[in-house]
Amino acid sequence: MSAPKTLYDKIWDNHIVSINDDGTTILYIDRHLVHEVTSPQAFEGLRMSGRKVRRPEFTLATADHNVPTMDRDKGIADPDSKLQVETLERNASENNITYLPMSDKRQGIVHIVGPEQGFTQPGMTIVCGDSHTSTHGAFGALAWGIGTSEVEHTLATQTLIQTKAKNMCIKITGEVVDGVTAKDIILAIIKKIGTAGGTGYVIEYTGDVIKNLSMEGRMTVCNMSIEAGARAGLISPDEKTWEYLKGRPLAPSGEEFETAIKYWQSLATDEGAQYDEIVEIKADEIIPQVTWGTSPEDVVSIDGYVPDPKNASSDEKKRSIERALDYMGLEPNTPINEIEVNKVFIGSCTNGRIEDLRAVSKIAKGRKVEKNVHAMIVPGSGLVKEQAEKEGLDKIFIEAGFDWRDPGCSMCLAMNADKLKPQERCASTSNRNFEGRQGRGGRTHLMSPQMAAAAAIKGKLTDFRDL
Amino acid sequence: MEKFNKLTGNAIPIRITNVDTDMIIPKQFLKTIKRTGLGEYLFFELKFDQDGNKIDSFALNQDQYNGASILIAGKNFGCGSSREHAPWSIADYGIKCIIAPSYADIFYNNCFKNGILPIILDEETVAKLQDTAENTLNFNIDLEKQNITYLENNEQKEITFEIDPVKKKCLIEGLDDIGLTLNKSSSISDFENNQAKETPWLYGSKII
Ligand code: SF4
Repeated sequence: MSAPKTLYDKIWDNHIVSINDDGTTILYIDRHLVHEVTSPQAFEGLRMSGRKVRRPEFTLATADHNVPTMDRDKGIADPDSKLQVETLERNASENNITYLPMSDKRQGIVHIVGPEQGFTQPGMTIVCGDSHTSTHGAFGALAWGIGTSEVEHTLATQTLIQTKAKNMCIKITGEVVDGVTAKDIILAIIKKIGTAGGTGYVIEYTGDVIKNLSMEGRMTVCNMSIEAGARAGLISPDEKTWEYLKGRPLAPSGEEFETAIKYWQSLATDEGAQYDEIVEIKADEIIPQVTWGTSPEDVVSIDGYVPDPKNASSDEKKRSIERALDYMGLEPNTPINEIEVNKVFIGSCTNGRIEDLRAVSKIAKGRKVEKNVHAMIVPGSGLVKEQAEKEGLDKIFIEAGFDWRDPGCSMCLAMNADKLKPQERCASTSNRNFEGRQGRGGRTHLMSPQMAAAAAIKGKLTDFRDL
Repeated sequence: MEKFNKLTGNAIPIRITNVDTDMIIPKQFLKTIKRTGLGEYLFFELKFDQDGNKIDSFALNQDQYNGASILIAGKNFGCGSSREHAPWSIADYGIKCIIAPSYADIFYNNCFKNGILPIILDEETVAKLQDTAENTLNFNIDLEKQNITYLENNEQKEITFEIDPVKKKCLIEGLDDIGLTLNKSSSISDFENNQAKETPWLYGSKII
């Protein structure tokens, strides 16, 4: 018997094509997702060197970062955005790659589309020119973000040159408190280990709390592995995973599905396998979390206070808190639940799935968005939008005064027309609160969909459980 | 990728340490669909002030450096974000070789992917070469021999440098990573054949 292996070790070993002279590994890539921002130069490179896409059928393209979320029939107004989307469309068609255009209801954020179509499956290696590719780890797939040269390398060879990362296990023990979501769990993890905590590692999330999460919740956790510094996040696939995959257009079916399940079951980390690092987090201590600053590790519980630089552990830390407070326009020691917002963004590949929208609708039902607040809900894909409308969620949202949009990345990164204005303060379900991320000078507080919905109703950050 | 063996050209001294990718190519030029054409924006914010006036003291604005193919830079060159627009803009400007005491990791590797030779020399030697670059027209760089030669006061000078043999081979043969991997096409095909047997559903005919 060979030595016990982790889930990561197994997927890695199953994809080794060969080892290079310099010790790097050529790793096979099973599936490749492509969007309009990081791919044009990769296709240009192929054209210039006369190379072909090796496996167009393993590649799926859609436009998400630049697409408008309203008045779609008018097309894309910004000429640069328009050109990027048109270029993707042309590159996909010239290379026989399946492309989901804006007009297709399956279009959406790549990391929502992949799972939805059954493109994402356990045990696969999946890459995309986008850091939040880690989302797909929720299925027990090794998935990570790559740069444009690597996009080109993957298109041409269906492989990547890689060095193996270390294994980290994050174990969530105990039981979650009522109202605590996957988003709160991952924010609490990042608070604990910091944005560099996962550097050099692939994180496997374990424990009953993770097992009990829905597939949607698992995707939320894996999505923000990047903000924890890790190369990728993984969750062992189980019944919930098969259940989710069953009947999806690109998932195996019939007898093949049963064979696949047997294989998928064999991927779980072996008893006795060694992790290079183990972190334990007690779920009982987590309550709804929000960020106060400009780094995803600037996390605080909703009953907490804006930190005081005077109490910082080092001079460097003090300066960074001061800088963040200045940018965020916050005073030290302000109670978090007194921070007023004028924008709300519900969506993104972190929290733009149907389950998120259902949670928001429960809070929105029979209530009204505060009159000074503009609150957007941007579904993660056309199918999420369609499902929400089938369930009548859109009516609840509109009735409550939310702005119900078309799918895309939208104000997660403000590459299209959806942006914060300077000094606008936003309760957001996305994953990054960097300076300028949601628009120049805009101020972002990250939180769960329930918390963002509550902020929209109250006009300030608030514990949604008290509504 | 274009092969790199010998290079003769004049050099631009950039006497700044920690030049980051934002300085090399500012954000506003990133919404592009090409890797060519970025050369004219290289060091844009060092070349022009906020009102769009030329900053004469910056070397790239000085006629004597027109057509230069070498940059002689300060330590930690190319730090900051991993954007590949930085080496693209340098290559597009016509720079084929950079000499500096050190580089940011990702940038260093990205140079090789774009046919640029990044040479590492000690700080003192780099400073001296920056002085020399102000008066010397031509430096000869020979990658095969791993040396830099030039004439100074009618005297032939030579400086040698170290480089990883695999990376050297790639530049000389014009092999990018993709070219190298494609040399192993048969291993990739073997892998695929085997995988199609082990996990056949990955090779099903299901297309959206
Ligand atoms: S939703 Fe945001 S994080 Fe996700 S892919 Fe789009 S821009 Fe990136």
